[in-house]
Amino acid sequence: MALSPSIALAGSADAAGASSFWRDAWRRLRQNKLAVFGLGLLSVLGALCFASFLWPNLTGFNYGQQNLALGPVPPNRLHWLGTDPLGRDLLARLLYGGGISLTVGLCATAVSLTIGVIYGAIAGFAGGKLDMVMMRLVDILYALPFAIFVILLMVFFGQNFILLFLAIGAVEWLTMARIVRGQVLTVKQQEFIEAAHALGLREGRIIFRHIVPNLLGPIIVYATLTVPEVIILESFLSFLGLGVQPPHSSWGVLIKEGAEVMEEYPWLLIYPGAVMTLTLFSLNFLGDGLRDALDVRGSKD
Amino acid sequence: MSLLAVENLSVSFHTRHGVVRAVQDVSFQLERGQTLGIVGESGSGKSVTCYSIMGLVPQPPGRTEAGRALFDGVDLLSCPRRRLNRIRGARLSMIFQDAMTSLNPFLRIGDQLIEPLMIHEKVARPAAIARALAMLDAAGIADAERRLKMFPHEFSGGMRQRVMIAMALITKPDLLIADEPTTALDVTVQAQILELIRKMQRELGMAVILVSHDLGIVAGFCDRVMVMYAGRVMESAPIDDLFYDTKHPYTRGLRNSIPALQMKGGELHVIPGQPPDPHHALPGCPFAPRCAQAVDYCATEEIRLLETAPNHRTACLRVQKEGMPV
Amino acid sequence: MLRFIARRFLEAIPVLFIIATATFFMMRLAPGGPFDAEKRVSPEVRARMEAHYGLDKPLFQQYLLQMKHLLQGDLGPSFKYPGHTVNEIIADSFPVSLELGMEALAVALVLGLAAGMVAALKQNSVWDHLPMGLAMTGICLPTFVLGPLLISAFALHLDWCNAAGWFFPRDRVLPALTLGAYYAAYIARLCRGGFLEVLHQDYIRTARAKGAGGARILFKHALRGGVLPVVSFLGPAVAGLLTGSFVVETIFGIPGLGRYFVTAAFNRDYFMVMGTVLFYACFVVALNLAADVVLVWLNPKLRFD
Repeated sequence: MALSPSIALAGSADAAGASSFWRDAWRRLRQNKLAVFGLGLLSVLGALCFASFLWPNLTGFNYGQQNLALGPVPPNRLHWLGTDPLGRDLLARLLYGGGISLTVGLCATAVSLTIGVIYGAIAGFAGGKLDMVMMRLVDILYALPFAIFVILLMVFFGQNFILLFLAIGAVEWLTMARIVRGQVLTVKQQEFIEAAHALGLREGRIIFRHIVPNLLGPIIVYATLTVPEVIILESFLSFLGLGVQPPHSSWGVLIKEGAEVMEEYPWLLIYPGAVMTLTLFSLNFLGDGLRDALDVRGSKD
Repeated sequence: MSLLAVENLSVSFHTRHGVVRAVQDVSFQLERGQTLGIVGESGSGKSVTCYSIMGLVPQPPGRTEAGRALFDGVDLLSCPRRRLNRIRGARLSMIFQDAMTSLNPFLRIGDQLIEPLMIHEKVARPAAIARALAMLDAAGIADAERRLKMFPHEFSGGMRQRVMIAMALITKPDLLIADEPTTALDVTVQAQILELIRKMQRELGMAVILVSHDLGIVAGFCDRVMVMYAGRVMESAPIDDLFYDTKHPYTRGLRNSIPALQMKGGELHVIPGQPPDPHHALPGCPFAPRCAQAVDYCATEEIRLLETAPNHRTACLRVQKEGMPV
Repeated sequence: MLRFIARRFLEAIPVLFIIATATFFMMRLAPGGPFDAEKRVSPEVRARMEAHYGLDKPLFQQYLLQMKHLLQGDLGPSFKYPGHTVNEIIADSFPVSLELGMEALAVALVLGLAAGMVAALKQNSVWDHLPMGLAMTGICLPTFVLGPLLISAFALHLDWCNAAGWFFPRDRVLPALTLGAYYAAYIARLCRGGFLEVLHQDYIRTARAKGAGGARILFKHALRGGVLPVVSFLGPAVAGLLTGSFVVETIFGIPGLGRYFVTAAFNRDYFMVMGTVLFYACFVVALNLAADVVLVWLNPKLRFD
């Protein structure tokens, strides 16, 4: 009987005050140095990575371009981060891989968000028995090692990207469902909803102008915090050989390749590892900062 | 030597939004066996005064700016923590407003009840349990043996408060501070709780400080009353003098506001206006903006508590300077 | 309490059943079979091998057969390791994984709880920021980055222990640390949060008013409430430790069940996969039940639901 988080938003955002709530939150976020750092780093990194999609030769080398004669070399003027055993430029692979990892992160998060929000909203709005059953299901699923199924899925049905998004997204939706349901329950009971009813506002209007803005806060926060988990999961799969396939790279693939030759060519592990860790840091700092700024409280973490 | 002598106590809170001077220059004495009532609105500083004496004000953001609180000669505000811990719970106890949140929901009542004994007296557990049972009995809780094994949420509000009282008095302290012990209770239960405290006080011969926003409650219970407003003492006198020879406009306002003392059917008397914003203290008497009898110097001169009649102190500038009748 | 446990048991049965069914059909419906990789074998021999294992029968019949065997506790033979049954392989390798998991959990709990409590007590000081900073690192550093780094530092350069293998007690250290780091970090954060919330409660103030000292307040009054979020997390944590072990066992060359699972999946070793999945599922369900029992025990308010 695991605890469900109950979220409360301090200062409910009703339609009229909505703008000042977001503006206040933005101001608070700006004051959080770590969050700002995270946001900045993410922006730069994201821009570079996605730029490498558009301009594959950004660094002067293509991510798949091999140079067998050169072999692995440590960082130098030509190859800023060095090369791997096949002579491929690490920086190019890192940026391209970053683009892949970030894309997977965003898409899978979007999948989990969709499933989670819909599921949680239904449970929260419906209430009663349906809610109880739905949440019990979530409790059970939460405790199972879902990653096993993702592994099975990826092994058996081949590695295509769509499946990857779906599989990972299907694992991560549980927390979002819980959060959304909790928030819907809290908001439903709040007095300004009763006031809206008393004023004769239509149900639909109530939902859209009053309940939804209050859901956005926790959704944004937990979506931001889900992305790093997805990236880790994707890397984990890639490490096992199940995620992104060569010649594409993702950070997981790069780290796997780097770990294999860690002794002789340490830069192949260090740079991808560092970049991935920094990205995860940034996402977590940003998520924490958003959580403080939007004053989202939960009974878990 | 007085049992408790508070001298020039000043406590403030340093928050993000500025400094709040919660208690300013508060002084009073309490003798053994005496009852003192501290009355004031929310934000008057009455609770913070008591928390300070007990050392329960978290030191950031709170800070004791000045003053001493001498309990039997020992300054509780500056003595080492160890010494403070030996005194509180043993000779100096406190009960709080909300018994539900003040009791640990994870521990059984029995464990919490005997805890002061286990901390302060070298009592074996069986003997401590026996004393706990006796205390529960004295506190008017039936079926005490079964109750010991229960958790706080299984008790009603009134019973929880009785348990708190039993817990506070199990070590037979010299002084009990009761911070709004009846505010959260039903009216009928309020009287019972007060009666219980009075009974225990007589049996143990201890002194009591009763904090409340309700002058009526305090009047029925205390020998002496201290009225606080905006962190300062406005008036302090024996209870009869306070009522029949009031020397501060605020006290008179409070007295007139007691619903039970007003004519049925008439409009309820209120003191117009709001307490001052604690973040932005204005010069002069803090009550001046709401006082019907204020004159120009009331808004500019700093107030002091002075004795204007035997044992009767007031901070009203007009009473001090002109002997103005209130 | 007993009713609670019984209810959870009953819930577990359909869950396990669904897992078994889903796994079965996922495997059989996927392209590729267990003997596809056997290039040395002719098609006739392969057909005979398949018949030997009953793989030529209609799918649904195979399903019923599998269910029947499962209920009898017979997990079937392994394709990859002929002559060994799945039961045997699990019996051999699971204790290794179990040991690794428990050591990692111990690391996580000890480090996490200690760090969290200290951080909560010394809020906003160096003793708060430093552990929490490390915790953030622990969360953001994936196991497959941390593992090689630790190996590089301690095994290869400092030569304190072996880089791989599971022979001496010393060999347990790096894998347990690697696997436990993420959970230590998560637990530290949860613990800090839980304790902070508890330490601001009124009943802590009452305890102070009673003259209780720091240790008593921490361990007798604050602990139960502060540790609640950690206990809630233990269920998913165990699940995570199980899957995390796949990577750690691979990196450190540990002969645990995790490694067998991954290779079995790759090799379409049907019975092995099924056996492992179910075994893990049962294990996780049991552990979650235990965690929930502890949770209810800790929180008296839940006991009377």
